[in-house]
Amino acid sequence: MAKIIVVTSGKGGVGKTTSSAAIGTGLAQRGHSTIIIDFDVGLRNLDLIMGCERRVVYDFVNVINEEATLNQAMIKDKRTDNLYILPASQTRDKDALTEESVAKVLEELKERFEYIICDSPAGIEKGAQMALLFADEAIVVTNPEVSSVRDSDRILGILQSKSLRAREGQEPVKEHLLITRYNPARVNAGEMLSVADVEDILAIPLLGVIPESQDVLKASNQGEPVILNSEAAAGQAYSDAVERLLGKAVEHRFVDEERPGFFKRLLGGRA
Amino acid sequence: MSAPDFQLKGSTVTVVVLELHRYAPEEFSAQLEARIRQAPQLFEGSPVVISLESLDVDHPEVDFEALLTQCRALELRPIAFRALPPRFSAAAAATGLAVLPPGTARGRNIPSREAAPAAAEPEPAVELHTESSPQRPGSRPTRTITRPVRSGQQIYAEGGDLIVLAQVSEGAEVLADGNIHIYGALRGRALAGVHGDASARIFCQNMDAELISVAGHFLLSDALTESVHRKPAQVALQGDVLNVSAL
Ligand SMILES: Nc1ncnc2c1ncn2[C@@H]1O[C@H](COP(=O)(O)OP(=O)(O)OP(=O)(O)O)[C@@H](O)[C@H]1O
Ligand SMILES: [Mg+2]
Repeated sequence: MAKIIVVTSGKGGVGKTTSSAAIGTGLAQRGHSTIIIDFDVGLRNLDLIMGCERRVVYDFVNVINEEATLNQAMIKDKRTDNLYILPASQTRDKDALTEESVAKVLEELKERFEYIICDSPAGIEKGAQMALLFADEAIVVTNPEVSSVRDSDRILGILQSKSLRAREGQEPVKEHLLITRYNPARVNAGEMLSVADVEDILAIPLLGVIPESQDVLKASNQGEPVILNSEAAAGQAYSDAVERLLGKAVEHRFVDEERPGFFKRLLGGRA
Repeated sequence: MSAPDFQLKGSTVTVVVLELHRYAPEEFSAQLEARIRQAPQLFEGSPVVISLESLDVDHPEVDFEALLTQCRALELRPIAFRALPPRFSAAAAATGLAVLPPGTARGRNIPSREAAPAAAEPEPAVELHTESSPQRPGSRPTRTITRPVRSGQQIYAEGGDLIVLAQVSEGAEVLADGNIHIYGALRGRALAGVHGDASARIFCQNMDAELISVAGHFLLSDALTESVHRKPAQVALQGDVLNVSAL
């Protein structure tokens, strides 16, 4: 049974696209056929982070408007098997997506993929509501600060009232909390909310904690999802999150401030 | 003929009524703002009915457009005029707002947060209170909510009690004609006895509310003392005083 997973947040710039790219890639790496759809019409972004921007010919809106077939618009990822991207258009207006037309495309994709990842635009209005409308599960991306957490709370309310599952009285959308740009040192300094604070306010199961890291910026500049960098803490944290999404119990890492290791201390080295 | 895409229903809602005694444009905004500041969350964006019932009989022409502009500038949303003196009806109708007949419903004053206004203070020309239709006889089943009530959501248990088996987030609002029980944290607004039942109470496992109200008597978060803040607590009306006590 194909699963539609929306990656959403309310607040902008918290790491939705970064997370969609990483988690989609992680699922495909593990042998699950996956497509990531960019719902951020007008602000094309996913293709840049996936490093396939030069290969975009047709986009999601072309498919919606029946100007291109899905096969023409889907881009096969060059690095990871089982992975496709359906890019958004930079030029078209946000009203291009209608409920019927999106439903039709998703139905077609459900025949071919195990996982359909919907990278939502920011906000709680129409664009974000369209991205979450057909979701079976939701990954709510939150930064450890008050305004981001509050927006996540709002989007959770919308998930449970405006999604198709809510509308039709089916089993509710399954919720996952993904805390990104987490900096334990700043938490300890009282400048950021802790994982426990965020969990307490939102009260949904924790899928992962992604540390704040330069590796993420580097990865997106190179057009390579950070999960492919198995050396990087952020890459490892995304891998853990994918394992949990697939139902494995994996202990949370990168939650506490890093202390210099035993040998480093012994040798007087710097962390 | 296919079924229509909508249903028309009658419903009663609680609104803020702005009872105008006189309208002096140069003083109005300041007075209204002072009043709103006492319970900003209550008034922000709330629908308002402007009642002219107690307007002075020989009051001069009112510039309704200016009045509406001043209200909207303070985030109120006027939806209708009520009890218009006939000589004003053309001007009021021109604003496009609905015109309602004089009210029969009971209004209750929204209390000022100051214990008592200083004696020297001039009588304000503006009075704000919430109001709703008289309570219907007979009770209704309790409404039970099993999932968190999130920011931006509003749940109303009409005619009975409300039970929430989860948290009420900051920015969320729960209302009931009867009692409200929250088996989780209350971080948003809870209004019990909204149709005037002064015996209604609010119970919660973790009191961290933005606003609590019983039968129109309000308290804001800054009124929560150390002994109840973030603790199991109940809220009850004693006379005219809203009491919050630990459970
Ligand atoms: N863990 C992280 N550490 C450091 N920087 C990060 C991290 N996650 C995301 N970023 C950076 O934050 C910025 C926003 O990320 P991204 O585009 O994924 O957010 P978004 O939620 O999709 O934004 P939008 O709302 O605009 O769609 C990017 O510059 C990205 O590189
Ligand atoms: Mg994005």
